[in-house]
Amino acid sequence: MLDPVLLGRIQFAMTVGFHFLFPPISIGLAWLIFIIETLGWRRKEEAYVKLGKFFGKLFGLVFGVGVATGIVMEFQFGTNWAEYSKFVGDIFGAPLAAEGIFAFFLESTFLGLFLFGRNKVSKGVHWFSSLMVAFGATLSAFWIIVANSWQQTPTGFILKNTKTGEIISKETLLTLDNLVLKNVRAELVDFWGAVFNPSSLIRYFHTVDAALISGAFFMAGISAYLILKKKDVELMKKSLVISIIFGLIVSLLEVFPFGHEHGRQVAQTQPEKFAAIQGLYTTQDGAPVVLFAFPTTTPPELKAKIEIPGILSWLAFGDVNATIKGINEFPKENIPPLFITFVSYHNMVALGMYFILIMGIGVYKIKKKTLLDSPKYLKILVWSIPLPLIACQLGWIAAEVGRQPWIVWHLMKTNDAISFNVSAGEVLFSIILFAIIDAFLLAFLIYFLKKEIDRGPNYIKSKEVAA
Amino acid sequence: MIDLNTIWFLLVGVLVIGYAILDGFDLGVGVLHFFAKNDKEKRTNLNAIGPVWDGNEVWLLTGGGALFAAFPAVYATVFSGFYLAFILVLFGLIARAVSFEFRKHSDDDKMKKIWDSAFIFGSFLPGLLYGVAFGNVLHGLPIADNMEYTGNFFALLNPFSLLVGLVGLIMFVMHGAIYMTMKADNEQREKMFSYASKTYYPFVVLYILATIYAFVSLPYLFEKSFSNPLFYILTLVLVISIVYIPIGLKAKKSGLTFIASSVMIAMMLLNSAISLFPRLAPSSIDLENFSLTIYNASSSQNTLMVMLIMALIGMPIVIGYTIYIYRVFKGKVVLGHDGY
Repeated sequence: MLDPVLLGRIQFAMTVGFHFLFPPISIGLAWLIFIIETLGWRRKEEAYVKLGKFFGKLFGLVFGVGVATGIVMEFQFGTNWAEYSKFVGDIFGAPLAAEGIFAFFLESTFLGLFLFGRNKVSKGVHWFSSLMVAFGATLSAFWIIVANSWQQTPTGFILKNTKTGEIISKETLLTLDNLVLKNVRAELVDFWGAVFNPSSLIRYFHTVDAALISGAFFMAGISAYLILKKKDVELMKKSLVISIIFGLIVSLLEVFPFGHEHGRQVAQTQPEKFAAIQGLYTTQDGAPVVLFAFPTTTPPELKAKIEIPGILSWLAFGDVNATIKGINEFPKENIPPLFITFVSYHNMVALGMYFILIMGIGVYKIKKKTLLDSPKYLKILVWSIPLPLIACQLGWIAAEVGRQPWIVWHLMKTNDAISFNVSAGEVLFSIILFAIIDAFLLAFLIYFLKKEIDRGPNYIKSKEVAA
Repeated sequence: MIDLNTIWFLLVGVLVIGYAILDGFDLGVGVLHFFAKNDKEKRTNLNAIGPVWDGNEVWLLTGGGALFAAFPAVYATVFSGFYLAFILVLFGLIARAVSFEFRKHSDDDKMKKIWDSAFIFGSFLPGLLYGVAFGNVLHGLPIADNMEYTGNFFALLNPFSLLVGLVGLIMFVMHGAIYMTMKADNEQREKMFSYASKTYYPFVVLYILATIYAFVSLPYLFEKSFSNPLFYILTLVLVISIVYIPIGLKAKKSGLTFIASSVMIAMMLLNSAISLFPRLAPSSIDLENFSLTIYNASSSQNTLMVMLIMALIGMPIVIGYTIYIYRVFKGKVVLGHDGY
């Protein structure tokens, strides 16, 4: 017998995970393109215009697939998570609508102008369109993260039985049976309180900065690739330098303050998630940071671990002796999966360190004027293109699996949230359909990106010259 | 007298109408792409909607978000109820969304053909299913007590809904053809005039047929219409715009004809809105007690207010720059190296 909840989760994870490959590149690349367009506009150098066009083309491809895969997200709450939608709609729908009204319209409309209007509007207006695309994409992320953060640390609401009008406390909510539960929903009482819930700002900075890193590695990797092929070396050196300097700054910011502050927030607001991702299975004073370990689950235990004592307590609460609650403190049915959260979180952190290292080496080489001397370094840059995207996925897995078994933290369980009128067979059908589409899209996207990249920024289609 | 729930009924209506007019023409162009005979015609089609289709589709996304925010129970019940149909719409929209960029970057003709097909298919499928879905809403949905949807995919395929689906599809094609008469030149423009004329009469006949069908078998839709003065005004404007279309086509007044067909779509939907109000998803099981209305399916007053403020700040800006973009890209398509 197929489990409809599990299938629903698989579909959601697959479609969001796939979608989440593209916005990080779009957001990061949009800002880098904006920097390039600004240089092109102010310095009136043809080189930057060419680079702007070249990366704009790649942006168009990535953005197109991002839009296509994002359409599903706007509706999937309704199609697959109807009970969830009814429970949170009073709060959760607003940021999604706000994304459309304030951000997505802006981004999509000005992208049309940016990609097709270079010769139709003044240089200033065209530059402005590149700013609006970047700004819109970044604002889009804000509203999405707000919605998601409310699931993590909900505030600004009351619980109400819509049939009787009775207001219900959090404690009674969890004791209600399903029939009554159906009529209970979260209602907004404080909009800004819900928007700026305890985790939304820090998660926003953390996520957008991850997107900037993704964009930096994307541009750096492509520049390095073309330089290795000895194609348009002078031109690509410009984008390489820009992306490396930009990349180092954002990689540093990602660890401190953003990563650190996000960690502190999780420690304070979601202690069981914090314990899970850190691998803290028993409560400890002066808890250690685990650098490496292999977690086993029954009983939860870390094998072959390397740790530094006291550091976790210090990072989370500013005191090496602070007590941190371990997994043992929480009811068994309310703890998240331990293996996957620990592994994804730790690999994300390791990648974060790697990004600083790679971009740091790059800046050092720029200073020494030896950036193009080592093909090995350039090759590393090329192969590093997907790594920030993997880090994004890992961070997202740690965040969302770490939230389980709750779909809304301490309010609603994932098991109660699906559309009960959609059969497991139907979900299976759509999973297969989306899996096939996603695989095709990814294959074609990579194929077309590679083709455009191989042509380089100086390529002009022969028949276009005629037209 | 006018409460927040009613305002949001109207605002969701505005988003639906905006989407139907805007994405309506580019879905129509997508279906007409099937008849394009050479690469030049195809590229003209793609470039005619290239800079705007993405913005048009945001009307759908925003409409979805607004429905979620203002009437979550409708969003949840209808979308989960239409599950398979909706998945197919999404499938079409995805295929269509990527076909623009992917075609542009394809070199050989075989690959281009694949993306042309994706574009056509991805326009046809939503173009048809939107109407079917809308027909089902008018028809009434199998909603039981406690807002529980009890139908299946095949229940959606009733004759009335299929008829409305057909009306919608032909209407989008006509609307798209009229749009293309503003964008294409010479021979292709003539072809578009002829497509618009050829689809006009079938559209009018089927639309009248659907109206009669509704009048006879779904009388509740007209319960309030005849006592509402607005209904007569809307119908008058509707008739004028429908009558003007062939005149405008004959006189080759592309712009005015396009306005007429846009007004026509708006009036048709507004008339349906009068029929539905205050229901959003009528129940075919028990119309009086089980239907989802703007009251029993809405968000709290607080949320509706917050959302209204958002819409009042945001939508004028959106409409402002949307008009600006359409003006920048006004006029005939010139195939250059920036486009598709």
